[in-house]
Amino acid sequence: MRITQGTFSYLPDFTDDEITKQIEYCLENGWPLSIEFTDDPHPRNIYWEMWGLPMFDLADAAGVLMEVNACRKAHPDCYVKLNAYDASLGRQTTALSFIVQRPEPEPGFRLDRQEDHDRVIRYTTRAYVVDRPTGERYRGESNGS
Amino acid sequence: MSDPKKSDPNGPYSDSSDAPARPSFAMGRSGAESVPTKPDPMKPDAGTSKATDYGRQSSSTARPTRAGIAPSAPAAGTSGGSGEAEQLPPGAQVDLSAAQADSGIEEVLTGLDDELVGLDMVKTRIRELAALLLIDVQRRRFGLKGNRPSLHMSFTGSPGTGKTTVALRMADLLHRLGYSRKGHLITVTRDDLVGQYVGHTAPKTKDVLKRAMGGVLFIDEAYYLYKVENERDYGQESIEILLQVMENNRDDLVVVLAGYADRMDTFFAANPGFGSRIAHHIDFPDYTIDELFVIAEKMLERDGYRFDEETVPVFREYLERRMVRPRFANARSVRNAIERARLRHANRLIAAGGQVGLDDLVTLKPEDFLGSRVFAGEGPEPGDEED
Repeated sequence: MRITQGTFSYLPDFTDDEITKQIEYCLENGWPLSIEFTDDPHPRNIYWEMWGLPMFDLADAAGVLMEVNACRKAHPDCYVKLNAYDASLGRQTTALSFIVQRPEPEPGFRLDRQEDHDRVIRYTTRAYVVDRPTGERYRGESNGS
Repeated sequence: MSDPKKSDPNGPYSDSSDAPARPSFAMGRSGAESVPTKPDPMKPDAGTSKATDYGRQSSSTARPTRAGIAPSAPAAGTSGGSGEAEQLPPGAQVDLSAAQADSGIEEVLTGLDDELVGLDMVKTRIRELAALLLIDVQRRRFGLKGNRPSLHMSFTGSPGTGKTTVALRMADLLHRLGYSRKGHLITVTRDDLVGQYVGHTAPKTKDVLKRAMGGVLFIDEAYYLYKVENERDYGQESIEILLQVMENNRDDLVVVLAGYADRMDTFFAANPGFGSRIAHHIDFPDYTIDELFVIAEKMLERDGYRFDEETVPVFREYLERRMVRPRFANARSVRNAIERARLRHANRLIAAGGQVGLDDLVTLKPEDFLGSRVFAGEGPEPGDEED
């Protein structure tokens, strides 16, 4: 099941050229970019691991893309996303955020129904991959393919 | 959330890390691309300058002719490079003068001529380089495939010979010709690249490189990166990262190394990778006394001062003496001399008191220079700069 989150979740995944254009747009607006990665695909997992610090003082998209590729290389079996921060409001505001790498395949989520009092049903989504410890979650599949 | 059929029709899983559309920056590019195109940079055959005495006079004279344009087109490469959007048919003609005017490079080159005194060799080389790039742009319009010319440079010369100024102009030039996307200049020294402990260097160097992407990275005193006496120096790590990025991200940034000629030679000898990746070695010769004088006059004009008539021989005498003293830094020493003369000038006026007119305020008199230690004799000066 394809995870969709962030600004362009309704679009097919971007190519590097398209990513570069988005980065250019962010830099033109003065938004520093940061890279984050995770292997826990749950939608409520908002704290992804940071790949280095946010990249301030950059003038050109090539520098960001270089880091994106470094992160992809180091974590080929993780989700990687790019965030752009707009500091003009005086606090950290995410102006743009989109996934630039996804592991393959994405097994998706199991829906648990818990019956509670008075016929109340509580729902829990649970990614299949989190049954395995972090770091091994997508490894088997991606190596096999 | 749990509906597996809601996947995207365009192949949702297509973005694995080995998708073909993604250029691999981390790994080297194909071997065929890695040969830099050398435009035979060591022969300034424009014909205006002599090999030994660089024939330099004041800035407005002796401008090299446009003769550099025709012969310096690059040898055609074999692969790589991307064609422009609209490709011209083989029979088409391009107007070189119009292309030159459109790019606005003439403005930069004229600015270079006006701003920098002398340095005819350097100016000729830069004109040749500009011609090469302009021709390369035209070639691409016809769809000729070729490697992008290698643009990494080394500027060698004594302090105060205009290396940084030329680098700034070069960044502007490359930007106007479309060889540098942003055209900014990042000036760094060893301190900005090399870390203080294990594991500190690589992030530091990469950070600088990222900032310089799309522009020009100017590494001043580059030979400090390599320390002969300490083989475990972190500079080596920095050099390796630099070399890798210079090769793999050749389209993204231009690296300019600067430093004293002899020490840069040692540096290149110890790091052959650098020497071979740098196509353009530009030597900045020391200024002659006449040029220094013109520089001083330009500086005075800019600051709203002028020499008294009797000051002229005194100042020449000052330059002659200063040039043979240690730590002479060409134009920078001239600037410092003038700064100090201004100081003495102000003190002289205050000490004299009374009425002063405009003439007094702008005229530097001989005694403003004669107070210098240079005239006082050969006292050993431990300070960084004498005046």
